[in-house]
Amino acid sequence: MPNNLKLKIILILSIIAVTSFFLAPSLFENLPSFWKNSLPHDKIHLGLDLRGGMHLLLEVEGEKAVENTLERKENDLKKIMRKNKVKLIDIRRIDSRRINVVLAGNEEIEKLEVILDEKFPHLKNLPPQEEGRIVKVALEISEKEASRIKKYAFKQALETIRNRVDQFGVSEPDISPQGENRIIIQLPGIKDPSRAMKLIGQTALLEFKLIDEDGNIEQALQGNIPSRDEILYQKKTNPETGRTTKIPFLVKKKTLLTGDLLKSARVKIGGQFAESYVAIDFDSQGAKIFDMVTGENVGKRLAIVLDGNIYSAPVIRERISGGSAQITGTFSEEEAHDLAIVLRAGSLPAPVKILENRTVGPSLGKDSINQGIVSVIIGGALVLAFILLYYKGVGLIANLALTLNILLIMGVLAALKAVLTLPGIAGIVLTIGMAIDANVLIFERIREETRLGKTPRSAIEGGYAKSFYTILDANITTLIAAIVLFQFGTGPIKGFAVTLSIGIVASLFTALVVTRIIFDYILFKRNVKSLSI
Amino acid sequence: MEFIKPGINFDFMKKRNIAFYFSLILILISIISLVLKGGPNYGIDFAGGTLVQVKFNRNVSPSELKRDFKKINFGDTLIQRFGKEDDNEYLIRVEKSSFELASLSEMIDQSLQETFGKDNYEIRRVEMVGPKVGSDLRRKGILAIFYAMGGILIYITLRFELKFATGAILALIHDVVITVGAFSITNREFTLPIVAAILTIIGYSLNDTIVVYDRIRENLRKVRGKNYETIINSSINQTLSRTILTSATTLLVVLALFIFGGGVIHNFAFALLVGVIIGTYSSIFVASPVLIVWESSLRKKGIKR
Repeated sequence: MPNNLKLKIILILSIIAVTSFFLAPSLFENLPSFWKNSLPHDKIHLGLDLRGGMHLLLEVEGEKAVENTLERKENDLKKIMRKNKVKLIDIRRIDSRRINVVLAGNEEIEKLEVILDEKFPHLKNLPPQEEGRIVKVALEISEKEASRIKKYAFKQALETIRNRVDQFGVSEPDISPQGENRIIIQLPGIKDPSRAMKLIGQTALLEFKLIDEDGNIEQALQGNIPSRDEILYQKKTNPETGRTTKIPFLVKKKTLLTGDLLKSARVKIGGQFAESYVAIDFDSQGAKIFDMVTGENVGKRLAIVLDGNIYSAPVIRERISGGSAQITGTFSEEEAHDLAIVLRAGSLPAPVKILENRTVGPSLGKDSINQGIVSVIIGGALVLAFILLYYKGVGLIANLALTLNILLIMGVLAALKAVLTLPGIAGIVLTIGMAIDANVLIFERIREETRLGKTPRSAIEGGYAKSFYTILDANITTLIAAIVLFQFGTGPIKGFAVTLSIGIVASLFTALVVTRIIFDYILFKRNVKSLSI
Repeated sequence: MEFIKPGINFDFMKKRNIAFYFSLILILISIISLVLKGGPNYGIDFAGGTLVQVKFNRNVSPSELKRDFKKINFGDTLIQRFGKEDDNEYLIRVEKSSFELASLSEMIDQSLQETFGKDNYEIRRVEMVGPKVGSDLRRKGILAIFYAMGGILIYITLRFELKFATGAILALIHDVVITVGAFSITNREFTLPIVAAILTIIGYSLNDTIVVYDRIRENLRKVRGKNYETIINSSINQTLSRTILTSATTLLVVLALFIFGGGVIHNFAFALLVGVIIGTYSSIFVASPVLIVWESSLRKKGIKR
């Protein structure tokens, strides 16, 4: 045998061997232990549409983070202006970017500017408007600062959500940023999608506020709310009837303490009815503040507010110095568990909105796999039979190439750790139909050459040579479409683009290289007088 | 075995006027259907909304389901059987709604629970797409199709000539319009996988076109002086056997997908089915005649080649 041919055969056999190594873990359950240690052991990754699971697209509302920052600045500014005796008539945040300040007289502007320069470098004062004796000044947060806040909020939200999912316990979660303000979350095999969604989407801003003991809730409900108060509700669910009631409370707006200063949060069970509650511990700074707040307000009620809902409002019986507290409420063990997770992971710096949710149950995934496999087998068998019937002897060669092609696609999928989705399976099926095209082109050419009276050897040579560029051009254009699809697609569609692309490259290899080597081998071994084509 | 005997010579190009009207009618029907129905029948991927797939373990009629949802009034609710009748499986799609989209699936679940009992059904799939994402995907989908066509135009111009590229692109537009039209006429939902199918059709149809073009180019070099139309016609005939064979094998597998692939990719397979047939037709009857028209218009202008 010529060395050249020998080398080619060895090359192909080694490619088959490598592919088989990568494919073996997906095909066989019980591989020997030495395999798991030293050889590729990853199975083909199945997409969420096949294994079941949840795909979420979230948007972090960064503008809200800017708004929150501005609100804090407004409060700080008010305090400092009062301290510095600036004659302030009114201060109000009008949108997410601007604060309106009303001053008693022109000469106050200078004092304001000094404060701004010193303490609020990111607030720019726009030209003042004089209206009689009062002056209105609009303060604007700079675009640069706003975008910095948004970016930071996004980074933090991503981190927080990662923490929450990690603690929730999902195998192989995938959480990745998309663009400037979106997050893609993939949770394979999730059992309780709505619980996961709640856990991820919750802002989880924990605040401690005092109940206004002097206020009148009846009057407040009629719209007569004291300026420093707000109405918040406590939701109570009756475990027997499942009905939810909302109890209003008149609460002081001022936040005394937030969940930022928590050190830990754990689920505990106790009390009269063995209920679940969440035990929290503040860090040293939080403990100091908590100690002060409880010390100053003995006998009053302290509302524990999560995302604007009151969880409980216990009476402060005595000063609490250790920095420990409990959050009780009528929640199930699961709810308590999730609450502890979100408190530990921290609050989101800005609310998130669920833009997209695709959840596939495991049973549908299994059905899809089975139907996909059936289509591959039936489609493949039909094509193999058809080609054998049409081309007889050389049809066998094409079929060998096709089988190798499927093997290669699967092997490359496993090796690249690419994801196989339902459209991906469709891509494989489609490749089976289209991959044969290259061989058809070659065989038709060989037939033409044979008709011209050429010997088998030169007919084969001519057939391959003349169809080479046609095959290349035809496949490259399909590859262009597949690559565009990959750029555009998400999840399942990407899977389709991947298998289609791998299929195209694999079929170029099998149709142009592998079949040619088989032909060469046969021509070398036997003195072929006529081709069975 | 041979379907097409060598030396066969159908006069395809003589029939090109008939083909022209045939294509025109198909395109007109597609466009009229699209206009009458106000664009493609977008699925939730592009329109936004919520889709819930539910399987019951007993016989449930569509009207029974409709009654269930009437009680709560979710807004525009569409109830559709999924798969065979005895699967007792349904797709529930809510388009516009005054409810928060994210919690809609939970409300549907609750409503089903009250009517049918917790253990008598299974929610197998939930898809929620916000309106913003929907319009995003729509824009991206259209862009993807344009980018693919643009990339192909450039590649073919480089490898062949501009007139070949023009013919190929016209054939592609022809194929895409008719496939989208077929979806509109049969009232099938236009979803994300369908865009994937269309891009695949673009690739496939082009594959066909290039094989024919390649032969035309080869024959143009070989036989000088012969009538342009004759060369094109014989090129189509020479590749006819291959065209039919490849279409046949591709159709076989696509049919397998269409019949056995299951409900989730049924429409996807349908798009491929239409696309493969139209794509094969167009490479003979659209892409090639364009060359003749191009050439003869050049001759009329008196430009010598």
